[in-house]
Amino acid sequence: MFETRRYQIRGIVQGVGFRPFVWRTAARHALGGWVRNDSDGVVLEVQGHEEALEAFIMEVRTSAPALARIDSVALLEQRSIEVVVEAFEIQLSAQGERAQTLVSADTRVCDECLAEMLDPADRRYRYPFINCTNCGPRYSIIEGVPYDRAMTTMSVFPMCAECSEEYHDVCDRRFHAQPVACWKCGPRVELWDSRRGRLETTQPVRDAVVLLRAGAIVAVKGIGGYHLMVDARNEDAVAELRRRKRREEKPFAVMSPTLAAMRNYARMEECEAELLSSLARPIVLVAKLDSAQAPAELAPSVAPGNRRYGAMLAYAPLHHLLFEGELDTLVATSGNVSDEPIAFTNQDALERLAGIADAFLINNRDIYTRVDDSIVRAVSVGGRTEVSPLRRARGYTPVPVNAPFEMPQVLAVGAELKNTICMSRGEELFLSHHIGDLKNDATRRSFEHAIGHLAKLLEVNPQVVAHDMHPGYMSTRFAREQRQLPTVEVQHHHAHMAACMCEHGLNEPVMGVIFDGTGYGIDGNIWGGEWLIGDYSGFERAGQLEYFRLPGGDKAVEQPFRVALSLLAQAHGELGELTGVPVVAARSEQERHVLARMVEAGISSPLTSSMGRLFDGVSALLGVREHCHYEAQAAIELEQLIEPGTRAEPLEWALHSDEQPLRIDARPMVRELAGLVARGGAKAAELSLRFHCTVVEMVRVTCMEIARRTGLRKVVLSGGVWQNEWLLRGAHETLEQAGFQVHTHRLVPANDGGVALGQAAVAGWRAR
Amino acid sequence: MSATGKLIELDHGTGGGMSQELIGELIAPRLGEVHHGRMEDSAVLGIESSRIAVTTDSFVVDPIFFGNGDIGKLAVCGTVNDLAVSGAMPRFLTLALVLEEGFPIADLERILDSVREAASVAEVTIVAGDTKVVRGGEIDKIFINTTGIGELHRDHELGMAHVTPGDAVIVTSWLGNHSIHILSIREGLGFEERIPSDCAPLDGLVWNLLEEHPELVHCMRDVTRGGLGTVLNEVADGAGVSVAIDHERLPIQRETAMAADMLGVNPLYLANEGCLCLFVDGDAAAEIVETVRLQPHGHAAEIVGSVVERRESAVSMRQSDGTEATVEVLYGAELPRLC
Repeated sequence: MFETRRYQIRGIVQGVGFRPFVWRTAARHALGGWVRNDSDGVVLEVQGHEEALEAFIMEVRTSAPALARIDSVALLEQRSIEVVVEAFEIQLSAQGERAQTLVSADTRVCDECLAEMLDPADRRYRYPFINCTNCGPRYSIIEGVPYDRAMTTMSVFPMCAECSEEYHDVCDRRFHAQPVACWKCGPRVELWDSRRGRLETTQPVRDAVVLLRAGAIVAVKGIGGYHLMVDARNEDAVAELRRRKRREEKPFAVMSPTLAAMRNYARMEECEAELLSSLARPIVLVAKLDSAQAPAELAPSVAPGNRRYGAMLAYAPLHHLLFEGELDTLVATSGNVSDEPIAFTNQDALERLAGIADAFLINNRDIYTRVDDSIVRAVSVGGRTEVSPLRRARGYTPVPVNAPFEMPQVLAVGAELKNTICMSRGEELFLSHHIGDLKNDATRRSFEHAIGHLAKLLEVNPQVVAHDMHPGYMSTRFAREQRQLPTVEVQHHHAHMAACMCEHGLNEPVMGVIFDGTGYGIDGNIWGGEWLIGDYSGFERAGQLEYFRLPGGDKAVEQPFRVALSLLAQAHGELGELTGVPVVAARSEQERHVLARMVEAGISSPLTSSMGRLFDGVSALLGVREHCHYEAQAAIELEQLIEPGTRAEPLEWALHSDEQPLRIDARPMVRELAGLVARGGAKAAELSLRFHCTVVEMVRVTCMEIARRTGLRKVVLSGGVWQNEWLLRGAHETLEQAGFQVHTHRLVPANDGGVALGQAAVAGWRAR
Repeated sequence: MSATGKLIELDHGTGGGMSQELIGELIAPRLGEVHHGRMEDSAVLGIESSRIAVTTDSFVVDPIFFGNGDIGKLAVCGTVNDLAVSGAMPRFLTLALVLEEGFPIADLERILDSVREAASVAEVTIVAGDTKVVRGGEIDKIFINTTGIGELHRDHELGMAHVTPGDAVIVTSWLGNHSIHILSIREGLGFEERIPSDCAPLDGLVWNLLEEHPELVHCMRDVTRGGLGTVLNEVADGAGVSVAIDHERLPIQRETAMAADMLGVNPLYLANEGCLCLFVDGDAAAEIVETVRLQPHGHAAEIVGSVVERRESAVSMRQSDGTEATVEVLYGAELPRLC
């Protein structure tokens, strides 16, 4: 009848208001006992009627606070008793007990806090740093563990008496809310001018809004760093921002306060609306409404040449204050100049953004770790909707991915572009926030800080360092130069495959179709169009796109016409007769001669099997884009031409199945395209569609051949090219129809931002 | 011994009769007054200074004859320049030849003529040598090694150890011309007419520079294999400093920039054969670069940057968009046999 039970709960259960929740739930069911934090999470003991105990634990499992994540509930002890205690108490953690916490990700301001902030009667009326146990900054302000105010950047703001009372009241939503603050005791906002310094004003936020409405560019300190903001309906202002930021064409992200406001310029599916409103409030790629349908379009310079907007909902209390008046959508782009990491300290922002921002809305709650906005999209495949992350940072970091096996403590240093690092702890793999492209000092410092910081937060000591094989990567050199720990090389595309396998808990041989722009291959060439078979222990190259030359190496990435000429030279033997093809005719005779010689003699022209470069080359061949101003622009614009949901006849191509690995030969396709382009008549959109269909065919036929030889029926798709939505959907559906079980990335990006996860999994498996 | 139409044979390298003939009746006479060998096993030389500079280099350039020079001229200038940048007056050279069986003697004569002319201009004498012949295919036509000896008369020391923050960095000539020229001829690219090699002896330039500005020049480096990018990284690491340069100030001929762009190579890493990198006193830089511009082969000289306290990047470059990029150490040798 009466029982006493002891439970151990693991997961994100500290710093999220869990103990007060348990207390309130126990009280509701009239149970006695206690709850406290321990080194594994939360441990509790409850006493009462069996039925009440069942109801209690059910509610604990299903109604946990917003920021909590329960990984397991274990019943440690259960026995009958005669008498029960009446009281339920929250016990303090034992002295000296250090908890292995899972640090929470930063989350959007919750509805209750928002309501309080907009209530003139509330003492936190219009206070932009309002938060509670269910919302607010976490990862970005935490300096170390255990999670405690003293270990965050809020340590310099001692709580006033009222805040302190809330902090100690078990029933209060701010019980043990470490960043709690108010007008009396907390951080403040100030408005600064680039030249004149701090502006005297009692209402900096309202003044900033006035500036924004007048078309000014304002740098606004958010949760993970500074945004550059501008009225998204003011074409002159947006164009000026482009000019000052030296960002010619890459789309700007936008922010709106509500879904309703967003529906003025975009159309969202239900799953996209869910993603937008989630705790993480990422940037979601949503469909643009065209002029005919949009109640109020955004300025054309916001996202030129793109069918989608990258849009997010306001997530910090400050943002909601900016939208109080007539502004309904702001451009919110990262506060940096071109490729540098976003500014997150006041001094850095004032210095670096001085030439871009007219004014700065700064504050004195320091950000300890910069965290970019995350970017995700929703892809519908065969009637289902799947989430596809493009950048994983604010709102997701540092929540771990669970590997299907336990491993020793590994540090994986990732790739060169869109770098992230990864650390393992037991079965958990912690991917860092997006660090960026490792090509300047600032990003490098960010990289090294991330490694030290993550190790501190997780309280791990890596035993081995996993890295890419590319000798020129800064991350590779970092791994090789340190002498204390043994290192493990992990091939780039193998790492992509392993990352996807890991996400889906796969621990068996699979097929991986890994398509990306570039990755160092075992034979020293640049891979990127790969069909791999294997598992964490190793891989085999079962199929590849036939090698072609990349004249000028890295230059060919910026100038895809080089790829086009190389493909044409390879397919036709020489370029002389191809002057009917615009990408050839547009080159001077000397250029044609030099490029052809380079390809022929292999001068400064590495071999590549890259699917990403094939897309670039076709884009240039079809006259879509010859010079890129941002990464993958040629391929993106090629995809944007296609109407979603359409299909067409694939072009010719060849599979050389008598070779090992299988060779996928695109030359017939190049010849056919060249002919169609020279003849004229066929639209680029139609040819782009046929090309995409051809690639899907290549995937299907090659996978079937490999399946025939190996019996493998599970396929993972990874690599940056799979960010192409049409391709992802087309290949996924086609492969499923052909009887394959297909896995795509849902938790970490398919681009190089996910490589570190795969590196860790491979190295972790080897080191067991 | 006249030899039009005749070819080098294996016996020319054995040390026996045919060898003696080759040296005595072809090589020595062809070199004329720049050759002072006595056919002993060693050359015994009198030198006037208490310290000497020594350097050695091997030359394997392909093609051996190019627009405005050949492997012979390279072999003399390369070694002379290495001596000059140490502050030494070049005096003596050795000349070691490895010839492929079947190499046309007429080509050997042309090369020796170039050696003679270059040595004469640089006022050095060839005091010792060696000639070997290997079978066809074991090397490619002709490889040359020269070792040079120079006399150090000045007390003023040059070297990486004397480079300090505040120094200015000067480049004396256009970057990359030699490499583009050689590559162009070798691969039939068509740039060679407009972009000649910059191969030249620079000891005169250096001498005049040190006469005008004693003490103000801290370090000089010949910009050869690996280009300016490599020199700057080596000096930065060797001196424990960092170097900051400005892309806009680098002297690069417009045609060279276009050719490099087409080839996808960075002029920062291309080899030169007549270009120096100087680290000089910062306050005197403007004067010094003027002096260099008045010297033969120095008219395109520019101040390209400065030396700063050591920081994360050993060498950084301000790009045309205003951002800083690290100038990395070059990985992988893409363009072989340029010198």
